Amino acid sequence: MFCEKAVELIRELHRMTDGQLPAFNEDNIRQVLEEMKALYEQNQTDVNEAKTEGRSELIPTIKFRHCCLLRNQRCITAYLYDRLLRIRALRWEYGSVLPTTIRFHMCAEELEWFNQYKKSLATYMRSLGGDEGLDITQDMKPPKSLYIEVRCLTATGDGMVIINSVN
Amino acid sequence: MSYMPVSPGVGMEENFLSLDDILLSQERLPCKTDTEFPGLGFLEKNADSRHIPEGTKMEMPLWLAKGLYERKRRVISVELPKVYREGWRTVFGADANVVDLHKMGPYYYGLGSQMLHFDSPENLEIAQTVLQTFIGRFRRTMDSSQNAYNEDTSMLVERLDCLERALFRQGQSGLNGFQLWEKGRAAQLTASSLVTNYRKRKITDLQA
Repeated sequence: MFCEKAVELIRELHRMTDGQLPAFNEDNIRQVLEEMKALYEQNQTDVNEAKTEGRSELIPTIKFRHCCLLRNQRCITAYLYDRLLRIRALRWEYGSVLPTTIRFHMCAEELEWFNQYKKSLATYMRSLGGDEGLDITQDMKPPKSLYIEVRCLTATGDGMVIINSVN
Repeated sequence: MSYMPVSPGVGMEENFLSLDDILLSQERLPCKTDTEFPGLGFLEKNADSRHIPEGTKMEMPLWLAKGLYERKRRVISVELPKVYREGWRTVFGADANVVDLHKMGPYYYGLGSQMLHFDSPENLEIAQTVLQTFIGRFRRTMDSSQNAYNEDTSMLVERLDCLERALFRQGQSGLNGFQLWEKGRAAQLTASSLVTNYRKRKITDLQA
């Protein structure tokens, strides 16, 4: 049956439930793309024959191959997307410098994506909390103490004011 | 945990990018071709010809069956797997808890919901049985996931299907979180599990 290689990619990721990033399976992807190319070319031939010679009995087969193309496409897209979710998580768990072992598991495009993500996150963090920015990747759990110190920014006279400023 | 995979779809829907749904749709179904498929004979190991003839009984993965099936045309017919047929439905009606859903599935609920795409005259009964089975079994799954602390849960999980196992894991995660909080360890700084696992890997790489 077609599309077996594509599902292998999915199984490989599905096995790693804790979010670890396996090595980029370039070999497998290449084989899936080759299968897609072959299916597509066979379908092109059959579509032309069906149109020019009226061979409508080829249509079920064309549909069959088309399902396989869609399946391969789905598997590859989901594989790449899930890997990006894992890579994104790495920024939050590891920080902005990844160990070399993990970097080796990423393809060039994924490394580029990680760098862009880091930049976007840094830009965003710089825009928070006034001049200094705020590193939101630290202190991801809420504070345990009942009270926190606040610094009053403006004198507003009497009355209760709640200011979101943490020391 | 910062890694949040795409969750599976609900009911008859699939999520395109969900790894769980992709694996679910890999499950094989008994089918029959209602038309000839020229040029694909090599897929059917029994066939001598270059074509798959009309009336061939073959197994197809769910994704293919869904893709080929058409309500108004005779392309393929999809048979109900045994576990959704009347015989088994009666067993589920009698006592849903005794069934080993991992052996009968492992995607009993997922596949059962997907079967509804094929317009079987028994669709209503299938849907009702799948729902009632879930209701009948849920209590036990929930109870055991909330009470099994720090012990080997393999016996409890053995006969659960994939959906129930996911629920069980969620229950366990909640229970463990609560226990940590009770012991005052919820706020302790711990290394991320992702980081710890990578370090473990590194040592075994050196030993290899």
